[in-house]
Amino acid sequence: MSLWVVLAVNSITLGGLLFLLSAGFSLIFGLMKIPNLTHGSFFMLGAYLSTSLIARGLDFWTAAIVGGLLVAAFGGIVERLILRRLGGAELAQVLVTLGLSFMVADVCLMVWTGDPIRIATPSALRGATSVAGMGFPTYRLAISLIAVVFAVALWALLERTRLGAMIRAGVDDPAMARVVGIRVSRLFTIVFCLGAWLAGFAGVIGGPILSVYPGLDQEMLPLALVVVILGGSGSLLGSLVGSFVVGFLYNFGQAMFPELAYVVLFLPMLIVLVVRPQGLFGQQTA
Amino acid sequence: MRRVALGAALAILATVPLWVGGTYYVNIASQILFYAVFALGVNVLAGYAGLVSLGHAGLFGIAAYAGARIMNEGQGHVAVMAGALALTLVAAAVFAVLALRGTGLGFVMITVALGQIVWGVAYRWISLTNGDNGIAIRGRPSPLGLSLTSPAGFYWATLVVFLAAVASMAIFVASPFGASLRGTRDQPRRMNALGYHVWMIRFLAFLFSGFWSGVAGLLYLYYNQFVSPQAVALTASAEVLLMVIAGGTATLLGPITGAALVVIVKNVASAHIERWNFVLGAIFVVIVVFMPEGLVPGTRRLWRRARAALRPRATAAE
Repeated sequence: MSLWVVLAVNSITLGGLLFLLSAGFSLIFGLMKIPNLTHGSFFMLGAYLSTSLIARGLDFWTAAIVGGLLVAAFGGIVERLILRRLGGAELAQVLVTLGLSFMVADVCLMVWTGDPIRIATPSALRGATSVAGMGFPTYRLAISLIAVVFAVALWALLERTRLGAMIRAGVDDPAMARVVGIRVSRLFTIVFCLGAWLAGFAGVIGGPILSVYPGLDQEMLPLALVVVILGGSGSLLGSLVGSFVVGFLYNFGQAMFPELAYVVLFLPMLIVLVVRPQGLFGQQTA
Repeated sequence: MRRVALGAALAILATVPLWVGGTYYVNIASQILFYAVFALGVNVLAGYAGLVSLGHAGLFGIAAYAGARIMNEGQGHVAVMAGALALTLVAAAVFAVLALRGTGLGFVMITVALGQIVWGVAYRWISLTNGDNGIAIRGRPSPLGLSLTSPAGFYWATLVVFLAAVASMAIFVASPFGASLRGTRDQPRRMNALGYHVWMIRFLAFLFSGFWSGVAGLLYLYYNQFVSPQAVALTASAEVLLMVIAGGTATLLGPITGAALVVIVKNVASAHIERWNFVLGAIFVVIVVFMPEGLVPGTRRLWRRARAALRPRATAAE
């Protein structure tokens, strides 16, 4: 299999993971206007929690879901107890979420030590699957599939359900949404928990590829940030497209310009910011 | 009263190496001073312009890296300082042109991206920056024949720079330019209607802020005689912002107090407890939630309230 195909597969896998991570980030940013810098910590925390759950004898998928739920509960507490008090104060939110991310990173270091932990690939998905005469790692294909399933599910949730309609109304005009009787405050908590759950879940299923190590949070957060800025906040399609763009830029950038990998990653984001500040799929806000 | 306080503060600062006891504490005092210079620089934007930058460690780092590279080319200290600061100003101008496309959150995000680009170059462009291993330099400058190799000597030199920074800030705040910058923070549209060039005012403020960040970066380089990607990381940008916010934005004393607080917590806490990152994060959260205006304005407010509470009683007694 040629190098390019390997790179492309890796890019799609990373794109899938990034989509799970950034869809929540984008919703939180779009709906609540909260730049949630703890989102990378949610990713890492989910992965670490699942290693402990798996060590207790849970199987991989249960651990992924439960790990995500624990992260969602943590996210809910953060939203209710801290972020709630800072409504509208963006700077304060940036600082608090950053401070929280320091705290989470340090607690993780204390509990799970500094050594990288590898999450074992679920046994059913080990090995390779041959597609069109070429062998692909089954697990990576599975991640891409999961991302697609979640993208469709999230789209259906947002576009086809009552809850989704309320969330969209909240993104478009929170004041008006309140006037027509939508409890935006409760929506905020739901969206925050959902975003946290997605991030935690992504951390677990990313575990077999990326493993878990201190600093994973700070590595994933800028990627999510780039995705959201590229795609536009609050836009699911934007997150999806942005995730795969970043997945490709990151992998190909590292292979072709190893010294400038980060420049390759952040330069398109800068260009988008300068040319189209609301993001590729974002809506113009007044 | 003010003059007496100022004179006392100066006397205390100037004699630190004589009474503080031990080079360890002198070194901490030097760290506080150059981080205070950095925080004062960031405060120009975060405080007076209302533009929160999370990329200033990039400018700080560019100065440090440029200085280290020029020095290892065998150039003298004058060339090191002039080259490093000139490069920092150019970088600050580029940062400003890009970042000033946005205000509020947009500005924050663009500065994050710029800071991460600098970090990525520092970390990955090994032929330029030596990657994760960083660059070491040998020797500190000796202006006017005074050696800065001793901790006390370095402290005094840093103090001079620090006082220059404070003086420049005091002049800047009181100047018409400072007033117009505060105007662009509070009422950008009105300022524009009054005929002020809002963008240019912000741009110049960015350069001013970048200059002092660069000076602090150079001091950092000379202090550690080493620079690595750690100095450019997002954490570093966040830390200096914490100093400004913790102390109090848009005040002169705030960033200095904040720098002292963070440096002391970092050094003292790390000597006693291993989890100082946790402590730092916790301080972040507690200050933002409970004292959002920062320590200095917060204390001032409490002080004023205490005095106001005392005064009526005093008049009633007369």
